[in-house]
Amino acid sequence: MTRFSLGKYLLPTYVFLTFLFLMVPIGYTFAFSFNDSIKSNIIWRGFTFDNWLNVCDQAGVCGAFGNSLLVAITATAVSTVLGTMIAIALVRYRFKFRSATNLLLFLPLATPEVVMGAGLAAQFLDFGWTKGLATVIIAHVMFTLSFVVVTVKARVATLDPALEEAGRDLYASPIQVFWKITFPLLLPGILSAAMLAFALSFDDFIITQFNSGSVDTFPKFVYTAAARGIPPEANVVGSFVFIVAIAIVIAVQVRSAIKKRKLLSK
Amino acid sequence: MATEFIARGQDLELKGIRKEFPGFVAVDNLNLKIPAGEFFALLGPSGCGKTTTLRMIAGLESPSKGEILLGGKDIAGMKPHERPVNTVFQNYALFPHMSVLENVAFGIRQRKLTDPLSKAEKALAMVELEHLAQRRPQQLSGGQQQRVALARALVNRPSLLLLDEPLGALDLKLRRQMQIELKAIQMEVGLTFLHVTHDQEEAMDMADTVAVMNQGHIEQLGAPEVLYDRPKTAFVAKFLGQSNMFVGKVTETNPETTSIEYKGKKITGLTKRSEKVTGVIAIGVRPEKTYFHETQPIDNPGLNILGPGEITDIRFTGVSNQYQIDIPGVGVMTVFAQNVGRSPVVELGAQVYVSWKIEHSFGLSDLPSGVEEEH
Amino acid sequence: MAFVAFGSQAPAKEQGPSKTGRVALFLLLPGLFYLALFFITPLVSLIITSLKAPSPTGAIGRYDLGLEFGNYVYAVTQYAPQIFRSFSFAVLATVIALAISYPIAYFIAVKSRNRPLLKGILLTLVVAPFFISFLLRTFAWKQIFSNDSLVVNVLKDIGIFGADSYIIGTNFAVVFGLVYNFIPFMTLPIYANLDRLDLSLVEAGSDLYASPSKTFRKITLPLSLPGVISGTLLTFIPISGDYVVASRDFLGGPDTAMIGNVVEANFLRIQDYPTASAISVMLMATIVVFVSAYVRRSGTDDLL
Repeated sequence: MTRFSLGKYLLPTYVFLTFLFLMVPIGYTFAFSFNDSIKSNIIWRGFTFDNWLNVCDQAGVCGAFGNSLLVAITATAVSTVLGTMIAIALVRYRFKFRSATNLLLFLPLATPEVVMGAGLAAQFLDFGWTKGLATVIIAHVMFTLSFVVVTVKARVATLDPALEEAGRDLYASPIQVFWKITFPLLLPGILSAAMLAFALSFDDFIITQFNSGSVDTFPKFVYTAAARGIPPEANVVGSFVFIVAIAIVIAVQVRSAIKKRKLLSK
Repeated sequence: MATEFIARGQDLELKGIRKEFPGFVAVDNLNLKIPAGEFFALLGPSGCGKTTTLRMIAGLESPSKGEILLGGKDIAGMKPHERPVNTVFQNYALFPHMSVLENVAFGIRQRKLTDPLSKAEKALAMVELEHLAQRRPQQLSGGQQQRVALARALVNRPSLLLLDEPLGALDLKLRRQMQIELKAIQMEVGLTFLHVTHDQEEAMDMADTVAVMNQGHIEQLGAPEVLYDRPKTAFVAKFLGQSNMFVGKVTETNPETTSIEYKGKKITGLTKRSEKVTGVIAIGVRPEKTYFHETQPIDNPGLNILGPGEITDIRFTGVSNQYQIDIPGVGVMTVFAQNVGRSPVVELGAQVYVSWKIEHSFGLSDLPSGVEEEH
Repeated sequence: MAFVAFGSQAPAKEQGPSKTGRVALFLLLPGLFYLALFFITPLVSLIITSLKAPSPTGAIGRYDLGLEFGNYVYAVTQYAPQIFRSFSFAVLATVIALAISYPIAYFIAVKSRNRPLLKGILLTLVVAPFFISFLLRTFAWKQIFSNDSLVVNVLKDIGIFGADSYIIGTNFAVVFGLVYNFIPFMTLPIYANLDRLDLSLVEAGSDLYASPSKTFRKITLPLSLPGVISGTLLTFIPISGDYVVASRDFLGGPDTAMIGNVVEANFLRIQDYPTASAISVMLMATIVVFVSAYVRRSGTDDLL
């Protein structure tokens, strides 16, 4: 189905060029992670593996990275559990305040981070809580929750209720039905949601800046370093995370493609 | 091999069952008794409440009122996983994340009985699918999935097996084949089967007893031949097979025969085959019991004769020809004539008479919808 | 508004809710209570803080409860340029992002529908920028456009740029950065919507004598509107509150401060909490207005 006769190539060319454009900063960051820089990583001086091999030599980088990991893992765990519970309730159960629940879950998605960050900071001030790791984790659970609900909900909606009914028909108690039937079938969606929550938490800056006090996460480290010049070790960490993430995404897609082909071939 | 699965089936009885949903009543005052070991069909159009009834027996819905007695014991309060009843679901509901073998073994495992896998293998052998034990359900054809669903239910030796329109998704030829197989398995294992369907041919073919449901209640219950030959209500007469129907006021009735006047003609049936003998009643006759004649037949008290009329439509269905005959002042009648090898003797437009024996008429207890009583 | 960024392609076969009971409450309450405590209450805190008055002791960062509506007046008059600029940037960036993203979403969802491998690769590429830190990728653009970078030098050599021209710190740089960072936010909802487009509708259009461009205008485009609206909201809202891109350490300059920069400065540095809160409340209120218009049109069931 072509739009104009030369349109056949117009769209693909446009898409290709746009994707090149999207990849530019990624390429730049990756390239400059190999820069043999002295102080600030702005001018290219020469190629070196040193940044990659001695990443933690640069003060603060590994510490910040470790904090980001810790926060992301903890927040993801809590958020995934709470969010999955909500998603199941939303799809499978009838209850009265459904509209209000949908709205409450939707609002964090529609609220600018600066508002959520400032609000939480104001609240912690009022409570008298000192800002640190705990407040960051609390904040991260809060804003990832809705994303988890959206992702898991999509998966729950496609789960045939007859499967759970068959489980009950075949002598499984409600708890058994959940663990043996519902949960295994929801698992791909739950894992998706967890990965999404993890990514959002790891990369979060604005809400973190307002609520972390003196604790440094990786994005915070980069932001403060931006004034003087971001060290190449930060590029290393950024590139490393990127490679791992892309590898996981590709692995997941390849795995499901293989699975699909195996199912169809027999 | 089937002897592994013979259990002492139990009688099922539904007493005064009623199910209400917000806004409508799905089932009202349902009473039903199914003796052990029988193949019972619950037949009706969509929305008549048959699936709701089946789900109440399985425990997936709770009745608003009434008792469900299995072997004399009321199971209405029991949860589904506590009932010795198993279901073959309409879309099979096979667990996609388990192998076929594990699917079949599931119920055995849940009940913590011994040797789940060997029992599952035997069940699969009974439906001739033991070679597919390690496949996933998604890799099987519709017919194979249906048999796995059956094995998964049967392996648990339930007192009662519920089948929720299990053949609906299969094509015609496969469906016919599965009907024969299902009936054969039921007779082998001697379990009680309750089969819910909207396909009247299927119900009449497989069941020992058929209950016709309409709008939440049972219209008529009995052996298929009885239901077909002597329908009691207009709904049953029209749902099972086709009928020619005549509505008129009773003109004479005696212990032998009852007659009505229909648009100036007299139509007679046997009194013992009439549900109602006073006022305005409906008398019907099956098209295959009628004959057409090219010349006027001689008057005979044992025959109903109508005509002359014009043949307005002829349909060839392989086994028979179906004729529509428009008789002025009477209406359009349908006549089935079996194709016995001779080419059609009449063509469109021919003038014929229609007759049938009075013992083939049946008198209904109510009138077809849309017809009002005249006084 | 489904953000399906990873893997699981779920076909859209929806079932309605079927069960009632206390289990629902048990499942819902922990998460909803959490949100009530750490999302709703902070918003209330913001409103309360925005009405506080400076403490009589004069100490910095100390405020007392009050009803100082004047804080709002001060905020608006003091920061009117930034407020106006923020919304201009947001509108401009959103429109440009829409123009760039729609063809991409169309290509992936419609043209690549029969080639799952290509589709998977393209989707991964659209999402890929997410995997490099937001700050790193914005900083990369800063370097690429910096005053002695290759790009600027070439532009000067060609003659498009004068000797004093620069990119960093201009409105162009900020809008550019905003558009770049939020293209995936615009692409994915449109993609999700177009992915479910029934192509037989388009074929019916051709069958009924509509040319390809007419079919697009009269059938595809209207049907994709929900996705476009989703994408617009999901792009406009975060952009309006962003301050990293416009920050002077990144692509911004002295004249590009947005609402977010104002809130950041007032909250974290100047410690003028009431003003920062007042601005945040106004921003939130504006967004609530937009969202209400959307909800009134489409109901709450599709929100998630």
